[in-house]
Formats: sequence, C-alpha cells, structure tokens
Amino acid sequence: MMRTIFTVFIKEILDNFRDKRTLGSALIMGPIFGPIMFAFVINISIERSLESAESTLELPVIGQEYAPNMLTYLKSRNIDAVEGPEDLEAAMEAVKVGEHDVVLVIPPTIGEELADMIPATVQLVSDQANTDADRDARRVRGALYGWSQDISAVRIVGLGINPMTLRPLNIDEIDVSTPSGRSAILLGMMSYFFVFAALMGGMYLAIDTTAGERERGSLEPLLSLPVTRDQLIVGKIAATCLFMSLSLLLSQASFYFVLDFMPLEKLGLTPNFGIDVVFKALLLFLPFILLGAALMTLVASFTKSYREAQTWLSVVLIAPTLPILIVSILTLRPRTEFMFVPSLSQHLLLVDMVKNEPINGLHVAISVVSTLAIGGILTWVCARLYRREGLLG
Amino acid sequence: MIKVEGIHKSFGKVHAVRGVSFDAPDGKITGLLGPNGAGKSTTLRVLYTVLKPDQGSASIDGADVVTDALEARKRIGALPHGAGLYPHLTARENIAYFARLCGLAKAEIDDRVDEIIRLLEIGDFADRRTKGFSQGQRTKVSLARALVHDPQNILLDEPSNGLDVMATRSLRELILKLKDDGRCVLFSSHVMQEVAALCDDICIIANGQVAIDDSVAGIRERTGCEDLEEAFVRAILMVEAE
Repeated sequence: MMRTIFTVFIKEILDNFRDKRTLGSALIMGPIFGPIMFAFVINISIERSLESAESTLELPVIGQEYAPNMLTYLKSRNIDAVEGPEDLEAAMEAVKVGEHDVVLVIPPTIGEELADMIPATVQLVSDQANTDADRDARRVRGALYGWSQDISAVRIVGLGINPMTLRPLNIDEIDVSTPSGRSAILLGMMSYFFVFAALMGGMYLAIDTTAGERERGSLEPLLSLPVTRDQLIVGKIAATCLFMSLSLLLSQASFYFVLDFMPLEKLGLTPNFGIDVVFKALLLFLPFILLGAALMTLVASFTKSYREAQTWLSVVLIAPTLPILIVSILTLRPRTEFMFVPSLSQHLLLVDMVKNEPINGLHVAISVVSTLAIGGILTWVCARLYRREGLLG
Repeated sequence: MIKVEGIHKSFGKVHAVRGVSFDAPDGKITGLLGPNGAGKSTTLRVLYTVLKPDQGSASIDGADVVTDALEARKRIGALPHGAGLYPHLTARENIAYFARLCGLAKAEIDDRVDEIIRLLEIGDFADRRTKGFSQGQRTKVSLARALVHDPQNILLDEPSNGLDVMATRSLRELILKLKDDGRCVLFSSHVMQEVAALCDDICIIANGQVAIDDSVAGIRERTGCEDLEEAFVRAILMVEAE
C-alpha cells in the first residue's frame, strides 16, 4: 500500500522535475517574479509619497505682487511661488489640460480687505479627481490655513486679547499603530502571492493526474495495473502537495530577500518576517496546500483535455484570493468565525504574524483543523471520482 | 485462461457489447476480429477491469473482473489501444515504473527490466526519453511495460496499429513465443490476414455480438468459404441480418 503510493509519488516528482517548461512557470515565474514585481511597484509608490512630503512644491501664483507676506510664509512651508497663467480663466484651462496641478489666484483687493478686516478671498484651482494633484492642493490649503491663523492671532493680540481664547480645544492625536502594524496593510498582499504561488506550483500535476494522463494515453495502462485507484490518486496528490510547498517556500524566500531592498524603514515600517516567521508561515499554509491540491485535482478531473483543465484552473486560482480581497477592502478585523474559511484564515493569521502581534491559539487550531478537514473531504471526493468509468473520457 | 460469459455494456444509448461470450485458453492465441466499432475494445476494457459490464461476467484465471478486480489485474498484462508513455521518462524508467507498481521485489526489478528490454530488442533506445519516439518504438516500450511482471494472460488491443513491416514481424514472433511459453494471448485486430496468420482460435465480433467463434479451420468449414476474408465478411453479414 505505502510502497505503491511512494512509487507514484517519486515518479511524479521525477517526471515534473524533468519538464523544464512547466517547472519554469511553476517555480520561477510565480514565486520569484511575483515578489520582485511587487517590490518594484511598492518601491515606486514609496518614493513618490516620500518625494511629495519633502520636496519643494512649485506653485503657480497669479497676483504675486498683492500678497508678498503670504508668499514668504508659503516659502517657509517649502512652497515656492512661480509665475502663473494670465488670469483665472487661463488658470482653469491650464489645470484642466494638466499643465499645472494647482494654481493660486490672489485678487488685487487682498491688501485692502485684510486691512479693513473683511474676509479676503483667494482662489485655489485644482482637479480634485486627480489624486496626485489633490495631494498638492491639500498641502497648499493647509499652508494657507496656517497663514490665516497666524494673521488672526496677530489681530487678536492687537485687541489685547489672549489669542488662546480662540483655541478652546487642542486635539492631540496618539497613533497606536506600531511600525509593524502599519506594514501589515502593505504586506497583507503577501498572502495573496503565497496562495497564488502555491496553487501555480501544483497546477501541472493536478491536471496531469486525470486530464493529462488521459490525453497522453497513459491512463488506461496505469489503471490496468494491480494497484487500487486510491493508491494512485493519493500518490499523485502527495506529489502535487510537494510541488506546491516548494513553490510556496520559494515565494517566501524571495519575499524574505526582496524586503531588504524595499525602503520600508523610510515609512517607519518594520515587517516581522524573519526566518522563524517564514517557517511558521509555511506550517500555517500547509493545510491549505492539501486543500488546494485536492481542489485542483477535482476540478481537472471533470475536464476533457489539458487545455480545458488549464482554463478552469485559472478560475480556481482566483477563488481562494476572493475572501482575502473582500476582507481587505472592508478592513475587517480577525474574528473567530473567519478562521473556518480556508485561505482567509491563513491570510489573517499571517497578517498578525507580520504585525508581530500575539497569535490566538484557538484561531490557529480552527484554521488548521477546518482547512485540513475540507482538504480531506475534497481528497476523498477526488478518490471517489477517480473510480468512475467516465474518467476514461 | 480467460472466460467471458454473456457480457453487455452500454454507453448511454449506445449498446456497444451485446452478450459476448468466449474462452481464451492458456497456450493458445485467441484473436478478436471485427470491423471498427464492433465492440472489441470495449470487451478488452472490461477484461482489464477499467470498465464494468452491465450484465454477464468475465474472469481471468478464475478471478472475477468485477468482484476480484485487483486479483484479476495481477494476472494480466494489457496493451490498451493507443497506449501512451511518460515523455519525460526514459523507456527503461517507464518500464521500471510499471514493474514497481506491479509489486516486483526491488532486487529483481533491474534484472527483469533488462531481460524484457533484451527480449523486445529495444536496447538501442532504452535509455532515451520517450518524447519523440516513433509509433513502433512507443508500441514496443508499451508492450515491454505490459509484460515486465511476467503475466500469465496478455491482452493486446490492436497492437500492430501503425507498425511497419519489420516491427509487425517481430511483434508476431513475440506473440508466438508467449504462446510457446504456455501463456494465454488475446488480441484484437481488424486485419484478417494478421489474425489468420497467428491465431489458433478466432472470435469474430460484429455489432457487439459474437458472429462466430472457432478455429481457423472451423470457420472455413462453417461459412463454406475457403478464403478467410470472404468468410469474415459472410460472418459479419450474418449478424447484421439478424
């Protein structure tokens, strides 16, 4: 019994290792290029966000001569006034076509209005649908409020009143998120890559178990041997699991190295993804690997050809990532009932690990047991289906 | 020794096999002869236990193919129609894989694989990966794979399909050798001459039924045709007329 399963297992591994092309896509494309691409994109977005906070913003201003004090203040906030368009209309047009992101219009009357203590109006032209421009606009707006407050403080003092009377409330924000915690949002993406890499790693073998063997004409000779079909399918699913684990491990390893090349410390992020976490995450995902292998084998067993199986399995690749996506969008906190959902439970627990938060033992237990149970049931269903005559096509 | 008793098999509305019975004794070559779609492959598939008969029964050396399928499979070596190999494994590895699955002891596998490679004269390409093998090479390796565990009963589904003259000839010699060793050889074909040249008994199947089951001489006598091809055609027409 065990010898047969082992024979099938070894043969599938040898066979798969020799198939350079599928091996390439399973073990190189998914696990290695995925994280590298991810790091690349994240790096760009980090650089951009850091850039906008530190760099000098060049702000086209119309009517610079009317409020030199204001411009001096803006300069102290790292906003430099530059020559703007002719008038408001030209400014609106320039923003609309994207020539400028933000334009400030200062009316000639501003000096008189300020002197007369009439609320003076300046115009800030921006396209709020453009996120990049909106960030600049917010920066300018913040600076203008600051200037406005400075002026009011000066006026109040002039009236002999303590300017603090205008500040009944002081809001002190205390951010309790730890640097690791902040990285979790970013690095929660990791579980998506892990799930994807694991499934990719086993896809070829899962298809080969039924559709592949059939298409090649090796299924009937195999089934006419004095072994049970249960032994064959268990050996094949075991080999599928091995390749999925390999692919997952590679994906984790490449994340481990890629994180070094991401300027996360600039954002105050310190993801907790050392060797120990890599190892724990691997253990955490192992039950999911059995489930994934059985699920892919099951789906592939219904298909008529290798090609058809590939089409259907690309749908299966997406399915486990859906719960992760939904929870990420709704920013739901881990709850006990989520732990019954495979892929979601692994994702949430991984996020906790990366955040360096204490792991709830009950959650781990539920995740492992429920995922293994579903994986076991799917394996059993696969074995049942492997006994059908329809298998021969 | 293979016994087939009144088996029926339908696929949906197609009644592919309608009560086929015959015996294939040890030390003889039995041919299943019939036109395409007559039910030859389905009958053989029931015998190597990948299909279950709807009715009737069949046994290999007394082991029932449905109730004792594992035991029945131990006693057969099967070459299914269009049998394929694992392209990334060498011919030798393909054969050894099946030897291991058949439960051969570790110590004897290498010797046995060498022996079968010699017997089938495939030494020249035994250590090449089977990807890109010719039809003849593939058939020989499939055959070696089916015979590696030294089965008493050998089932061959259209083994000469796609083989050239030389390959067909060596296949014929192999089948005769198996017969001389006292094996039970059952093979299907739609080529009259091939069956006539090899078989002791011929079971002509048409339309899922046995038209005639007799020795070559017996068939000549019963159809009244000296020419076997003529006899074949007449037997088939007899069934189709019913």
